[in-house]
Amino acid sequence: MVDAAVHDHEHEDNRGFFTRWFMSTNHKDIGILYLFVSGFVGFLSVAFTIYMRMELMHPGVQYMCMEGARLFPAALDECTPNGHLWNVMITYHGVLMMFFVVIPALFGGFGNYFMPLQIGAPDMAFPRLNNLSFWLFCTGVALGVASILAPGGNGQLGSGVGWVLYPPLSTNEAGISMDLAIFAVHVSGASSILGAINMITTFLNMRAPGMTLHKVPLFAWSIFVTAWLILLALPVLAGAITMLLMDRNFGTTFFDPAGGGDPVLYQHILWFFGHPEVYIIIVPAFGIISHIIATFSRKPIFGYLPMVYAMVAIGALGFVVWAHHMYTVGMSLTQQSYFMLATMVIAVPTGVKIFSWIATMWGGSVEFKTPMMWAFGFLFLFTVGGVTGIVLSQAGVDRAYHDTYYVVAHFHYVMSLGAVFGIFAGIYFYLPKMSGRMMPEWVGHTHFWLMFIGANITFFPQHFLGRNGMPRRYIDYNEAFALWNYVSSIGAFIAFGSFLFFIVMLFKTLLSPKNATENNPWNEYADTLEWTLPSPPPEHTFEILPKQEDWDKQPSH
Amino acid sequence: MAHEKNHDYHILPPSIWPLLTGVAVFVMLFGAVVWMDTKDNPYMFLMGFAGVLYCMYAWWAEVIVESHQGDHTPVVRIGLRYGFIMFIMSEVMFFAAWFWSFFKHAMYPMGPQSPAVDGQWPPAGIETFDPWHLPLINTLILLCSGAAATWAHHALVHEDNKEDVKNGLILAVVLGVIFTFFQAYEYSHAAFGLAGNIYGANFFMATGFHGFHVVIGTIFLFVCYLRVRRGHFTAEKHIGFEAAAWYWHFVDVVWLFLFAAVYVWGQ
Repeated sequence: MVDAAVHDHEHEDNRGFFTRWFMSTNHKDIGILYLFVSGFVGFLSVAFTIYMRMELMHPGVQYMCMEGARLFPAALDECTPNGHLWNVMITYHGVLMMFFVVIPALFGGFGNYFMPLQIGAPDMAFPRLNNLSFWLFCTGVALGVASILAPGGNGQLGSGVGWVLYPPLSTNEAGISMDLAIFAVHVSGASSILGAINMITTFLNMRAPGMTLHKVPLFAWSIFVTAWLILLALPVLAGAITMLLMDRNFGTTFFDPAGGGDPVLYQHILWFFGHPEVYIIIVPAFGIISHIIATFSRKPIFGYLPMVYAMVAIGALGFVVWAHHMYTVGMSLTQQSYFMLATMVIAVPTGVKIFSWIATMWGGSVEFKTPMMWAFGFLFLFTVGGVTGIVLSQAGVDRAYHDTYYVVAHFHYVMSLGAVFGIFAGIYFYLPKMSGRMMPEWVGHTHFWLMFIGANITFFPQHFLGRNGMPRRYIDYNEAFALWNYVSSIGAFIAFGSFLFFIVMLFKTLLSPKNATENNPWNEYADTLEWTLPSPPPEHTFEILPKQEDWDKQPSH
Repeated sequence: MAHEKNHDYHILPPSIWPLLTGVAVFVMLFGAVVWMDTKDNPYMFLMGFAGVLYCMYAWWAEVIVESHQGDHTPVVRIGLRYGFIMFIMSEVMFFAAWFWSFFKHAMYPMGPQSPAVDGQWPPAGIETFDPWHLPLINTLILLCSGAAATWAHHALVHEDNKEDVKNGLILAVVLGVIFTFFQAYEYSHAAFGLAGNIYGANFFMATGFHGFHVVIGTIFLFVCYLRVRRGHFTAEKHIGFEAAAWYWHFVDVVWLFLFAAVYVWGQ
């Protein structure tokens, strides 16, 4: 072959540190980079929430004071509440989690590492572009962090406008912080779009010989569906925030009624992106969970094709339900009825997935290994979040729940708990493959139970708070909400403790000798192609393309 | 095993360009914020912009070298086509946002009693362009330019006539430049501004982003012209040309929608 000379390394891996990690064109290394950077940003973003939960633990403001933010409570009369700091915490928790943690971890990290392996491709279709996606993600993180530290509204640092960046708040926010945040989201979008183009092309063009679309493993399918959502939704967001930028800096009036503009238009365009975004975040987790449940039930996944088309249906429906985030902006009854109906339809394919996972376990020989525990956690929590989603989809009921803690509880159950449990399930499931090292079972189980209990204690009481009418995004609250806020904060501290425990144990495992170097540390139902490779895999995989019998367990289908 | 392979995919050596591009983008955008904030300090932006341009040049130059080395096997070429089509799809969705804003404001204009009673469109006091003068001429110019690009494409694929390829391309480029020039002329004679009114915001941003794409497409076609002169393209292998032609047709189609919706229907 023509380029054989370039790759004719004497040894498996003779790249220098800089060459390997800063100039990478290797989908596995880029996947690992994605996981580490998104983990780092995730820690930052979680730290913000812990600070917020400290503040909300008791009525009154004790920590976020104009006299200075503090880590130990101040007496109430010594503290003038600093609402801007609170708003900044809220905003960047959302922005970072949405754009710089969950998508990069699931789509960038696991997607990069395992989608090509599952379809038997030697790398991504555009390996160098793949690295541009990663570095633009880092550029976005840098702009986002710069935005936190840059002069913003109220004569303080950072922007306190909420992650949705609604005008007029976002157009009136002073300083350059908001502009940096807008560019951070632009760059993150460009990174994701390039990644999506890469994933789709790889999926369509580089599947192993004989692997027809209806034989592709579910995780690869989930990445394919996600990539389409990113490709079609994120450019629309780019348009919306470009309008914001123009309104802020060049005097246009897209969202300013004084010049004939309409702030509600921004909400429509944002949520046209924002609702697919929800599925961008959760669908890759569906893929990971499917493999874990099949593996530890020792059964092939129940209803493979319905599972595939349920993901496709969820993706397609995700584009036609956006205004259920906006029932209270003054839409006509007809519009509200349509968006209610369309939203409830999504419960059908989602139900297909939940029941197929349960049917996979049914009659299986279930092993309670760590990844399976996280998958159970995912199933339970995602179902709870899904059910409250059905409640919120009712425009009439939403009148009462809109912008209350009920909504906070709902979307943290599906995202903070659903997607994050998917990420942890993936880490425990794939760590042996990626590093040749297995986390001890007791660590995984301890982490799981602490996180599961902590997360439920955090978010379940928020349903009660929402039903009692506590609004979102406030630094302080009425005495009547004190009890459940106190409980919720305790839960957050438990969950944070489990996260710290995980980080310590992860690095301890990564720094200790390899202990799981067999190709497949689980069982024969982990039967996709990545489990035919050594652990960790060599620099180049599938230079010799896999044969059909390597992966096709049901050739008759 | 590491020494052999039985596939035709393109496995790349490590590259510095993605990292440098990421850094340049950061400098450019941070500089843009500084520029917008201070109004008179474009230097950081310009440095970053120059960096981005240099990275693009160097990166694509490498791609061309790889193509000549034979790395772009048939299966890789299919992938490149898929990739470019999807890039255009994402651009279509970007324009969807601008059309969304335009149609929203044109169909449900804001007025004192919104949303119960709509206002008027075009807004009071806005004098719009007559679509049947310069805009119509510009439409014909852009369509002719697209036809010229197609002429070049056919000359390349079916006739192997290099002179016609060059003639077609240079004609497409010149018509593209004329289009841009006329757009600029039109802008300078607009009876409304960008700031302070929703008509100007929609008009200038939608046609402005289109114009920006025309400039990029013109450069893209001109690069193809230079590459034709160096004998880069063959009847079988001309991904760069194909991408430029697709891009140019995409720009054409967006213009047709702009012309029909913004200039004619929304006047």
